[in-house]
Amino acid sequence: MSIRILESQGSTLVQDLGRPGFSSWGVGASGVFDRRAFRHANTLLGNREDAAVIEHAGSNLTLRASRPHAIAITGACGPTSVDGVPVSVGRVIELSAGSVLRLEAPVVGLRYLVAVAGGFEPKPVLGSRSRDTLAELGPQPLTAGSSVPVGLSTAARWSGVINPTLPSGAMTLRVSLGPRDDWFSFDAIARLFTTSWQINSLSSRVGIRLDGPKLERLRHDELASEGVVRGSIQVTNSGLPIILGPDHPVTGGYPVIGVVVDSDTDLLAHARPGDVLHFSRHAI
Amino acid sequence: MRVLPSGDTASLIECANGFEASALAATLQGTVELTLGARTVLVRASRSQTLAMIATFDPSEQSVPTHSESQHHIIGVRYDGPDLERVAGVVGLSSDEVIAAHTSTTLRVGFAGFAPGFAYLVGGDPRLEVPRLDVPRPRVPTGSVALASRYSGIYPRESAGGWLIIGHTSDWLWDIDRTIPARFAPGDSVTFEAI
Repeated sequence: MSIRILESQGSTLVQDLGRPGFSSWGVGASGVFDRRAFRHANTLLGNREDAAVIEHAGSNLTLRASRPHAIAITGACGPTSVDGVPVSVGRVIELSAGSVLRLEAPVVGLRYLVAVAGGFEPKPVLGSRSRDTLAELGPQPLTAGSSVPVGLSTAARWSGVINPTLPSGAMTLRVSLGPRDDWFSFDAIARLFTTSWQINSLSSRVGIRLDGPKLERLRHDELASEGVVRGSIQVTNSGLPIILGPDHPVTGGYPVIGVVVDSDTDLLAHARPGDVLHFSRHAI
Repeated sequence: MRVLPSGDTASLIECANGFEASALAATLQGTVELTLGARTVLVRASRSQTLAMIATFDPSEQSVPTHSESQHHIIGVRYDGPDLERVAGVVGLSSDEVIAAHTSTTLRVGFAGFAPGFAYLVGGDPRLEVPRLDVPRPRVPTGSVALASRYSGIYPRESAGGWLIIGHTSDWLWDIDRTIPARFAPGDSVTFEAI
């Protein structure tokens, strides 16, 4: 059983919950960017909670089912159709053998997830089927002609709809200060929370780059490399922040002024170039 | 030791130096998800959990961390890197003296990062301290032996990079088909041999 990619414009990756625990080898956790949408898709299909999905950020993904498959689309929202007939996201869709699913550029959000009953099952690497784009580990990115194996499913599907709306317009993420907020001026910290940051088009799964005022450092010595987490806001030598995404390096040498609350980092999967982002102060 | 916040899921333990951080990481290994840095240990735990974890750790009781599985690696290097003369100029030695300095000390695997299988090697000859390139090279070949700050490192695969390349090795460093794909683990020791 497999699903074949007919067309792909953009990034099309297999993702699951990642491979935490290999940092001593320089291997990061990686994993699906929008974990909430991942949970929803697998819940709809009665899958294991870590069943792998396809994560697509782009303007066209066209797939064909070799046999009947139940699928669900979550995350971004946009024109989606099966054999030319529009279908809704956030619920189970039954594909018959030979059916063609097509996702076009999303209207809201950035990354679609396509889950299948039984989960996608390319060969795992270090216990995970996630493609780490920085480390170049895990299943190869999917392109036209790729075929992805699908696991067996015997579970009951869910007949409901899970379709939380993503915020359109500016997003606000909660941030707790540290570990290196003391490397920055009072003014820089104030600016972090008062600026309308703009998402830079060079953003990726490694990091979301922000445009805005420079954040002034009090210390100019080099920070000895230290471990970072998904959501860490690094300030590079240019003074501009980068929020680390799921494929971030395990250690970094730029000071981290603050860290986005973990559950809020799912929203970053849908940060589109030019979008506005605000940070609000969160106490831990 | 100081515990700093790193978001709502992790804490950063700042140690006095790299030895203390390595010893702490070796002690905590297996009990918590952790990332060893140059002088820090990042743990996937709350502040109070982290304080409890380190309460019984006495840095004065620790010597150089040794793991039962620690290995010694001898890496054969052709000292033909494009930056060898530049390094010699920066540190005020001849190229031959740079090679002698690089091959005469036993280095230790401090911590990992940058890429799978990349290790920051510490404890090298302190004279070999060099800044990174201002503009990183877009392509550094696999096996490049390089210096930056007071670290030595070997590029496990072709990638961009800003370290100063003094030589090349054909020894393996990362092989995903092996049971343990990374050759170096924190605590291992490494010597370089000119070939």
